[in-house]
Amino acid sequence: MNVVIVGCGRVGGFLAGLLDSEGHRVSVVDIASTSPARAERAWFQHLPSSFKGETILGDGTDLEVLRQAGIEHADSLLALTEGDNRNLMAAQIAQKIFGVKQVIAKVNDPVRAQTYREMGINTFSRTTILGTLLHAMLQEDREVGEVLMRKALAHEAEMVLEPMKTPVKAR
Amino acid sequence: MYFVVAGAGEVGFHLSQALLEAGHEVTIIEADRRRANFVQEKLGSIVMNAPADEGRAQMEAGCSRADALIAVTGDDAKNLVICQLAKLRCHTPRVIARVNNPKNEIVFKTLGIDETISSTRVLMNVIEQELPSGGFMPLMSLAGSANELIEAEIAIGTPPAGKNVGSLRLPSGALVGGIIRKGKLLHADDDTKLEVGDRVMVFSPTAAESEVRKALFG
Repeated sequence: MNVVIVGCGRVGGFLAGLLDSEGHRVSVVDIASTSPARAERAWFQHLPSSFKGETILGDGTDLEVLRQAGIEHADSLLALTEGDNRNLMAAQIAQKIFGVKQVIAKVNDPVRAQTYREMGINTFSRTTILGTLLHAMLQEDREVGEVLMRKALAHEAEMVLEPMKTPVKAR
Repeated sequence: MYFVVAGAGEVGFHLSQALLEAGHEVTIIEADRRRANFVQEKLGSIVMNAPADEGRAQMEAGCSRADALIAVTGDDAKNLVICQLAKLRCHTPRVIARVNNPKNEIVFKTLGIDETISSTRVLMNVIEQELPSGGFMPLMSLAGSANELIEAEIAIGTPPAGKNVGSLRLPSGALVGGIIRKGKLLHADDDTKLEVGDRVMVFSPTAAESEVRKALFG
């Protein structure tokens, strides 16, 4: 599967590493931040050192940057930046302009998440997902809580064993 | 008319002021508290301190009874979402987005926002109008349709020079609306002969812009 991930924060980096280790072709896009505080930290610091995919520094709502990331041959695009609006724009570009079959956007505002889901964009809100999981755990709802937690803890164990990518200093 | 303006930066502030002066009713939505207070002091209590990209704020601002919403923040993705939310949730009949990166004009159109304003594009048009070689200028997009108005100057050695308007190989849907010759506006018939230096006004589907250029410049 060819996957483009826009936004390489903790979630993006985690997922990119997971898919890459399973043999999928992954490219990761993250914006070149202009803030010095951000530039000190590495752009792709959340990727594991074994990551074999492409890293592209650029704006994930820019058609040219997305083309560079191989969107024309992508099976899926995941928009996981910190900005709901940027995620929604990247997801719509992927779906409507490049015809990517599977498009998922992280949208933390539940109202926006619902509106765009009705429009045919697959959205999920960290707020409702995390809240639902915690609720299920408190209720000892095995079906939801335990299965997901077991999977998550297994992935976490794998990740901890692996060193993170050495930080790339901004030039 | 009733307008909701999203974003009270320089553009939003002056736009709202102009709309008020023209006798319209305006509500401004601005997320930054200090900026909202500042604009409130200048323009009166028409400012809502809230994020315009949230459905609730749009509802409160009365987007469902507004004649138009204009999104003029400095962030293109935000302007896109503000306009889409207003259209989908509040059924605002007319939404207009400011586009900071001119490349996003076509992206917005594809994603259902027909009316965009790009200050970069406007400035480029002004500059091109001043340049002797700026022979081809898309002047404006026509509200509520995927068409635009183009001005082009007939240059020496191009296919239309000395030919009739009817012989132009314009794409389907495009038509010549008029000709400016030596400062005078002429009616354009199929058998009007085009002269070098004529400025031709072409109405054309936006998507066919490059075909119009080809028809006029070869």
